[in-house]
Amino acid sequence: MTKKDNGISFNLVSRQKLEELSSDEKLKFILREVKKGKILVLEYGLTPMEQTNLIENTMKEIEQDTFIGVEMEGYGQDSPSFIQRIFGVIRKPRMTLIGPADQLKMVKKDNEMIQTRIVPGRGAK
Amino acid sequence: MGLFGKGSLSAILQRIFGKKHAKIGIYGPPNVGKTTLANRILRDWTGDIMGSVSEIPHETRRAKWKKDVKVDNGNSSLFMDIVDTPGISTKVDFKEFMDTYGLSREEAKRRAKEATEGVIEAIKWLEGIDGVLLVMDSTQDPFTQVNVTILGNLEARNLPVLIAANKIDMEDSSPATLKSAFPQHPVVPISALTGYNSDNLYSTMVSHFRKRKRRKRR
Repeated sequence: MTKKDNGISFNLVSRQKLEELSSDEKLKFILREVKKGKILVLEYGLTPMEQTNLIENTMKEIEQDTFIGVEMEGYGQDSPSFIQRIFGVIRKPRMTLIGPADQLKMVKKDNEMIQTRIVPGRGAK
Repeated sequence: MGLFGKGSLSAILQRIFGKKHAKIGIYGPPNVGKTTLANRILRDWTGDIMGSVSEIPHETRRAKWKKDVKVDNGNSSLFMDIVDTPGISTKVDFKEFMDTYGLSREEAKRRAKEATEGVIEAIKWLEGIDGVLLVMDSTQDPFTQVNVTILGNLEARNLPVLIAANKIDMEDSSPATLKSAFPQHPVVPISALTGYNSDNLYSTMVSHFRKRKRRKRR
């Protein structure tokens, strides 16, 4: 990953774009962008299985001097009500923020807000 | 297919009386006390220990397991294969091992490489387990992405989860925060280090993990 002097990219990825991709394609896309140093806001987040696979793929991609992993923050899936379940409404992943771990640092997360900070350089931990 | 369909007699008995044997994975982020807890369980029920512990994260970098650990709650018992897994994290920075824990560059890099392999191994183990003892640090914010991801994964597989709210011997621990964060799962406050409330944990493990195996869905 090459550090760019002209700031940090912060990209909102639309639900439409994400729905066009298979799980594998989605994870490859995310990792490719994050390894370039971009921070992504996914309008439609990842399922728990995809999140687990993303962690696994991230571990395979770690390059000790240039890419130390990802910071990923989002809320759990929406739980449909009993009535919604009867009508086949499934649990939906929610908005998720993903970025390179050396730049994006989670400050605080609770049921109401996720606070993050961008720390340029290898400062996040 | 026999008289009782696909299920054998033992499967039918299991559905009625619960499981007698289960493979239980001890999961969680690094440094929450997974191996300390595994050692506590093994010491109490077998006299053995699982592995070494350290304040440096990612001390356990390969999964370790002990078969046929019989845990008893007075009314019933359960044989468990206990699997102590490496801590799951989304990042591993060798410089943290150098700057915070004083490891040499070479040592830190080796530890980091093994840690990444450990995370992969821990995730692979999820495929073959019957239930999870998810260890969380009750002095820390419970809403970490690793906790949320592991829980979501296990819920999607319909695997029983028991949350061990560890480190309640620490002054700033707040097991109540954990309970309110994850009300859908049983939470048992414990100190793996001192053994405080471990009897309650064992009793809950037997009752919770004996439940009939539910169908996994992916």
